[in-house]
Amino acid sequence: MKKQYSNKLHIILFLLPALLLFCGVLIAPIGASAYFSLFDWKGIGPKTFIGLANYKELFTSNSIGFMKALRNSLLLAALSVGLQLPLALALALTLGKSIKGERMFLSVYFMPVLISTVVIGQLWLKIYNPDYGILNVFLRSIGLEKWTRIWLGKKETALGAVLVPTLWQYVGYHMLLLYAGVKSVPGELREAAMLDGATDGQINRFIVLPYIKPILRISVIFAVTGSLKSFDLIYVLTNGGPLHATEVPSTLMISMLFLRNRYGMGSTIAVMLIILCFGFALLINAIFKEDA
Amino acid sequence: MLNTNKSTKIISYVGLILWMLVNLFPVYWMFTFSLKNNEEIFGKNVAGLPQHWLWSNYTEAMKTGHMGRYFLNSGIVAVSTILITLAVALMATFALTRMIWKRRRTMNKFFMLGLTIPIHASIVPIYVTLSRMHLLNTRWALIIPYAAFSLAMAILVCTGFMNEIPRELDESACIDGCNVWGIFFRIIVPLMKPAVATVGIYTFLQCWNELMFANIFISKSALKTLPVGVQALSGQYTTAWGPIGAALVIATFPTLFMYIFLSRRIQESFIAGAIKG
Repeated sequence: MKKQYSNKLHIILFLLPALLLFCGVLIAPIGASAYFSLFDWKGIGPKTFIGLANYKELFTSNSIGFMKALRNSLLLAALSVGLQLPLALALALTLGKSIKGERMFLSVYFMPVLISTVVIGQLWLKIYNPDYGILNVFLRSIGLEKWTRIWLGKKETALGAVLVPTLWQYVGYHMLLLYAGVKSVPGELREAAMLDGATDGQINRFIVLPYIKPILRISVIFAVTGSLKSFDLIYVLTNGGPLHATEVPSTLMISMLFLRNRYGMGSTIAVMLIILCFGFALLINAIFKEDA
Repeated sequence: MLNTNKSTKIISYVGLILWMLVNLFPVYWMFTFSLKNNEEIFGKNVAGLPQHWLWSNYTEAMKTGHMGRYFLNSGIVAVSTILITLAVALMATFALTRMIWKRRRTMNKFFMLGLTIPIHASIVPIYVTLSRMHLLNTRWALIIPYAAFSLAMAILVCTGFMNEIPRELDESACIDGCNVWGIFFRIIVPLMKPAVATVGIYTFLQCWNELMFANIFISKSALKTLPVGVQALSGQYTTAWGPIGAALVIATFPTLFMYIFLSRRIQESFIAGAIKG
């Protein structure tokens, strides 16, 4: 059997489809994106080499508004770590204590993750609709007419209005990961602490949290990189408008590519997104290591 | 002591139930307004159950809104992607876990990079390549990228399961005269059913809901998938909400239906994709 299993030809044949697919669609395009980002290019016709001019323009030009888009996605990341994760953690800790109805709560909380973001976006479009949306109808019905707004249409409220469903949809995802961690805490550890007279809060603080730290790290990484990459919901709700108030790097990238035909600049944004995602992932890893 | 315990318990249940309602309400609202007419949606009966169950919203979404066609497209793309992902991942995993060669581990790590690469990274080059190969506006424009981006997760899950298959099985099959392909197809693949299910479900959900690629690579209405189709439909029906609600339900129904029966496995597939990575 050893001879069969070390046959080079067979090994290559088994690996080849995966390697082709993986390198062709994931690896090579990263290099290609980096390469395109050095050019002024409309997608068709000749490319003009301009070195790092795209990067310089990206960070300095106000008309592109990359810094604003980046600020928006970093705000989303901060809220995601500061609000969404604590809520997910609280739910996971509560459910992890094997309470009544645990499975039902868990399944309902995770449901929004499975529903297409387009569907979620369409629903929230209807919720926010200024004339007939549930939010304004509700406000009017309790006599708070003056609180009603054109939620997605006004610069002042649009960003907040797209952040709410974005944060809401993925609470269940983080909760599920953390819950799996909480459930993996050995029962003996809990029992021993309980025998020593530890309260629920103390058990969570001194036993469960240190135990699930690796998962917490993953959750934080997903929350931050997910925020940097966020696209679907914002695309459906506002597509970056009104007046670029809700622009994030991904929506900016798409409009560079397909509205303005600036393929070089679109690639530059893509490269920046990859760098930011990997950079933040490394940073978060380092913070968690330091802490340990 | 007992009292504070009881009250914290009550508070936590109130919290849990409130959060449950926050999660259930949009779905409930979607189902109910998909069966209402504008009069009810816009004032008479905003949040209640429909007074007249208006099934014609569904026929309207199917006929005028072409939801049937989008549904079929999504199905074809999802099923093809799942088949390709599984075939390719099972073969690669076999080479990575069973066969004997140097740099196996490095290769495995290389594939695992795929778990962290965002789809944005490749959008321009893939678009350019697809358009040069005249594959834009074909189903391949979605199937190939989807399969590639599902590969890392699929290999990850398959590796876990394949390592658990005892190697003695390979040995005895080999003694009985099986060659590598025989061992792979007759022994390993049939034992990989749980992995196939996990990967299949996860890949299905990713394909079914994907918007960015679907939106850019397909502009021909006949080939659009559900997320893009729903977007198009909502542009068409700005004032009639009933048919849009029906379209949303049609797009969501398969996932929710699956979730009801396979909730544990679906949750496990998401955990596997995140934590072991």
